[in-house]
Amino acid sequence: MATQEMRAARRAENPPADSGRYRTLFVSLLLVVLLALVWEGAKAFGSSVGYSLDVGGTPIDLTIFNDTQLPHLGDIFGSFGEPAQRNGAPLYQMLIESGLYTLWAAFRGFLMGGVIGFALAILFAHSMLLQRGLLPYVIASQTVPILAVAPMVVIWMGRMGATEWSVPMIAAYLTFFPVTIYTLRGLTSVPATALELMQTYAASRREILFKLRLPSALPQIFTALKISATASVVGAIIGELPSGIQSGLGIAILNFARYYNQSPPRLWATILAAGLLGILFFTVIAVVERLVVRWKAEVSE
Amino acid sequence: MAPIISINNLSKTFRGADGVNVHALEGINLEVQQGEFVSLIGPSGCGKSTLLRIIADLVQSSSGSIMVNGKSPQQARKDRDYGFVFQSPTLYEWRTVLKNVQLPLEIMKYSKEKRDERAREMLKLVELSDFESKFPWQLSGGMQQRVSIARALAFEPGILLMDEPFGALDEMTRERMNNELLSIWRKLTGMTVIFVTHSISEAVYLSSRVVVMSPRPGRISELIDIHLPRPRGPQTRDHDDFFHLTNKVRHALRHGVGVTAMGIGE
Repeated sequence: MATQEMRAARRAENPPADSGRYRTLFVSLLLVVLLALVWEGAKAFGSSVGYSLDVGGTPIDLTIFNDTQLPHLGDIFGSFGEPAQRNGAPLYQMLIESGLYTLWAAFRGFLMGGVIGFALAILFAHSMLLQRGLLPYVIASQTVPILAVAPMVVIWMGRMGATEWSVPMIAAYLTFFPVTIYTLRGLTSVPATALELMQTYAASRREILFKLRLPSALPQIFTALKISATASVVGAIIGELPSGIQSGLGIAILNFARYYNQSPPRLWATILAAGLLGILFFTVIAVVERLVVRWKAEVSE
Repeated sequence: MAPIISINNLSKTFRGADGVNVHALEGINLEVQQGEFVSLIGPSGCGKSTLLRIIADLVQSSSGSIMVNGKSPQQARKDRDYGFVFQSPTLYEWRTVLKNVQLPLEIMKYSKEKRDERAREMLKLVELSDFESKFPWQLSGGMQQRVSIARALAFEPGILLMDEPFGALDEMTRERMNNELLSIWRKLTGMTVIFVTHSISEAVYLSSRVVVMSPRPGRISELIDIHLPRPRGPQTRDHDDFFHLTNKVRHALRHGVGVTAMGIGE
């Protein structure tokens, strides 16, 4: 009993922020190891039964576990160091170049989508009429598959002589939406008394926006930006497919998919690189969030 | 001298969600002189908070007249004639203690130096000078409420409106806060306080006058003058008159509720 109280007191004095962080790190590393074990285990099992399993007279095809469909993890990581093309630079170098190219397009799309999404949210927060009238279209815009819109954007931007903006435009199409929805929710879910306080000061709408609504919406805005950051990478990769551009991760994925049978690990390595790019962008936003939303840093446990 | 607040035959009717009108306040008459400390007390549903909010122009009355500083409540609000303290401290969590106190000063376009000076002065008044760079979550409930009082007083309003400011605090903290509020009020001579509470002893201890209200419809059932000597302190609670006055308020409350409950209120 006494020790329990002491432990509680100690916890109250210095919250277990660090041990919590280590535990999270441990769990995520454990997951990676488990995934790798399942991956290689499935391959070993498939190979041991000749990629076919007989269950009550029905044969089950296990060829998806062979080295073409599911390369060894070692081969995938090994392919980073091998030439991407015959006698060319190693794959990792090519992926870094393509990744930076895609990231730059994603970043421009992220900025564009962020500004548009933010402006829409402010507009909607201040006019119920606009919100009722336009929000349904904003939502509907996201039900149109991005792959269907992308070729049109490429054609339009080409006509307007701004081809280099077609990929960012497509990325922006994916990124503005979460920013609008989350920011709007943040701006309008201000506690009633916090607003009344502003009323007692006879504060203007402008002051209420800048001194109350925006700062109180910051946590939601950052949630939106984190979602948008990863979405912008997805949008940029998809946008590259119909763009006719010759660089970028999307193009690398297309090429390695076309020559998949020659070297499966290259496509897997590229997929891994695309994932890492999204995580990188997400992390940058998360770091900025920690710097800006300082007042919450220690309560969020 | 003209009263600071003068309320004449005021009533307030809310339209309920089911379309039935709720008479929150009916036939309210009240005059408050400058420098008075007036408590509004009554059971929940008696409209004491609504009355305070009408004075603050956060809610509009349905009929009757009300003047604050000789103007309409709306004009008084626009002229920043009063400071308001809510039941919850309502601090902005992204601002430090000092920045919270400075909020009204920023909106009222005080200069940077004046803002710093006033806010520090106010924090000294509520004895939180050492906490100016803390964020609200790092403070206890009582400290947070003191910050919100400092914030309400920062721009030197002549009227302080308080809506059950210590209702969420434990008894001991509440008594300490009562003493601090009285000492602040003593220092800021001429300030008028309207204080909503449901604690009888708090109302008697603080006030120069207690307005006892009764529910359904919300109305004033009795005005009780509190002639206890000032400055008040722990000895006040031992005073015979303190005992008599709390009893008087208690009876007035019981009477107000009892009469309406028996249906002979009209």
